[in-house]
Amino acid sequence: MNFIQTFMDGEEGLFKPNSLTPMQKMILRFVVVGLVYYLFALVEGMLMRVYQVTPIAAIPPDQYFGMLTAHPLVGIFGSTYSIVFGAFLFLVPFLMSKPLWSIKLANWTCGLIAVGTFTFWFAGFLTHYAPLYTLYWPLPADFTQFSVWGGTFFILGIALIMVGTVFFVLNIFRTIAYTPEGWEKQDGKGLLASALGLSGLKNLFRKNKKEHMVSLPVAAIARGTVDTALNAGIILFTGVLILIYMIAEIAGSSLKHSSIDALLYKNWFWWGLDLIADGLVLIFVAGTWYLLATLITGKKLFMENWARAALFVEMVVSWTVWSHHLMSDQAQPGILKILSGEMVTAFELITQGLAFFITLITLWSARPLKMTNPLKFLLGGLLGFALAVPAGIMQADLGLNRILHNTQWIVGPHVHVAILVGLTMTLYSAIYFLFPIVTNNAKLYSQKLANVHFWAHLLGGIGMGAFMGMAGLKGMLRRTIYFDGEYSLYMILAALSGTLLLLAFLAFFFNIVMSVGLKGVIGIFMPAKSNTKDLLPAGK
Amino acid sequence: MVDSNTVLLGQTFAYTFYVLAIMLLMGWFAYNVTKSEGSKEIKPALFYSLVGFLILLGVSLHIVTHETIPWKPMDLNRADIKADKTFDITVADHKFILPSEKMIINTNDKVMFNVTSKDLTYGFGLFREDNTMMFQMQVLPGHNNDILWHFDRPGVYTIRSTEYSGPKGIGMIEKNVVEVID
Repeated sequence: MNFIQTFMDGEEGLFKPNSLTPMQKMILRFVVVGLVYYLFALVEGMLMRVYQVTPIAAIPPDQYFGMLTAHPLVGIFGSTYSIVFGAFLFLVPFLMSKPLWSIKLANWTCGLIAVGTFTFWFAGFLTHYAPLYTLYWPLPADFTQFSVWGGTFFILGIALIMVGTVFFVLNIFRTIAYTPEGWEKQDGKGLLASALGLSGLKNLFRKNKKEHMVSLPVAAIARGTVDTALNAGIILFTGVLILIYMIAEIAGSSLKHSSIDALLYKNWFWWGLDLIADGLVLIFVAGTWYLLATLITGKKLFMENWARAALFVEMVVSWTVWSHHLMSDQAQPGILKILSGEMVTAFELITQGLAFFITLITLWSARPLKMTNPLKFLLGGLLGFALAVPAGIMQADLGLNRILHNTQWIVGPHVHVAILVGLTMTLYSAIYFLFPIVTNNAKLYSQKLANVHFWAHLLGGIGMGAFMGMAGLKGMLRRTIYFDGEYSLYMILAALSGTLLLLAFLAFFFNIVMSVGLKGVIGIFMPAKSNTKDLLPAGK
Repeated sequence: MVDSNTVLLGQTFAYTFYVLAIMLLMGWFAYNVTKSEGSKEIKPALFYSLVGFLILLGVSLHIVTHETIPWKPMDLNRADIKADKTFDITVADHKFILPSEKMIINTNDKVMFNVTSKDLTYGFGLFREDNTMMFQMQVLPGHNNDILWHFDRPGVYTIRSTEYSGPKGIGMIEKNVVEVID
């Protein structure tokens, strides 16, 4: 096949979108949406990297901060939520050998995330609404700086994503608990109790231990989904609160900002935000590591009961760690800073450390392994969290936080290394693993491009985090603009590392498009030919 | 008092050493996981030792910093420590309103900065002439935001907002307004 033919029909014409089941189409739609929004976040990220080297005259500061507001939200909701939700809506039925409760609802989740992300991004792009993702009160309702209409559409976009998230939560828990039509009645309550860890907890006090009714990865997905649900509730509630101020402003009546206590609000909102950063991310990631390790090796997980217990502890820990974000708030009670901020946060070192070790030992027990794409990206993901979690534990110390908070250290070695190297490489591992399964054995166009993807992403992600961290240690703040080139050397090196990340993604995106072909990409969004609820076509 | 730059240097060494060690470990693992020589079995004792080590590390980090970073206990007990000098600073409409054009401090003074916001959430940080940060705190409207600091050497410092308060906040810099004299 020549280049044009391959570009149109995919590698060796093996990908046939008409052969896909509705479930395969569903997950592929999520992945395409997630990758497109990853590109959005990447391009915005690169523009900001250049801006940190030297401010670009064509981009005024308010537009820069508009990008800074949209960038993490597009990355987390538009990209990561899409890929993770799609994968889990496919994997829960796959692991439980039963159909998804509602494919229609899953497609609604995908659509709402896609539309919601574009809505808030476009509102921010047009109006430069820029209170950042932290929304520190009363900034989101400061209409002397921001357009009230821009803010209204921005919040509505986020609300659409949260509605899609609620649909995802409902779909996951109903899938775990329901009895498919024509099946023998299943113990729904028992399945949910097992998934959430309640039966495991009871086992501690029982003589005759009961078997776990769901597998470990399903338990991880269920526990992470609890945090996803709580987070959606907090964000929706906060969005409604801000919308009340916006609607009042539009109606010509300005509400008093002092009606809401800034510290209470900050505690409330960070409690919710941390359910993403320290809850569902760590739980979902640990669960994905366990799943990938067992699928790659075909072996049982090392110390499986400890892994289950650690996932439960991680869920409880994620509800009680928020105060590490308020260590520089002097009005925050000292006891909360020490207990929640320092001590409980330190548990994440333990739970993530165990997940890291258990995954490595499971892989080790199956030596010799072939260094496949899923394995190498999994190792990259493990390294990412091994670097980022200790960085986070260090900054969650009262002494160190005083001289690190809001510097580039926080967002470099901790946030970007965790997300870009730890989380994203874990997701890439899952994508490479699932690719032949969900495409009915389409062939990857180029292994060389996959290798470029791996090395450029790994080096770019770690490099960017490292140079941002060095600038942070020299006092560079994370949410301002430097006009006099104070940190240009570090920022040039960080921008070069960012370029490697861009190169990595382009190599991956081109490789995937050439593997399935342009017709294949379009075909993913066409209705499926069959109505089966099966995951894969008959005979696959 | 140990300087915050010295603490950051110590942190840089510790973290860099850890990063190199974990990268070497992962490189070694990635190479050897494809080989068949050697034992595949891992004794549970190693696992339990790791659990113990992580617990010890998690707890001891904060105890060590409490004993070695002087501003940590000082911050927790600041209500019971008498300040040699207090500066009341107001922030409103993206501007710092200082008690005087220059804030002069004697070496070895313990100084309390009381910062009040009249509108938004801001930050308050002191920066050295080479742009490195000495300390910072958040400034929330409707709350007391105070920080006690021991100045043990002469120097000139710039105040800047360390928290984003909208695009107007990028100019919140008061250059060389704090001076510590012998």
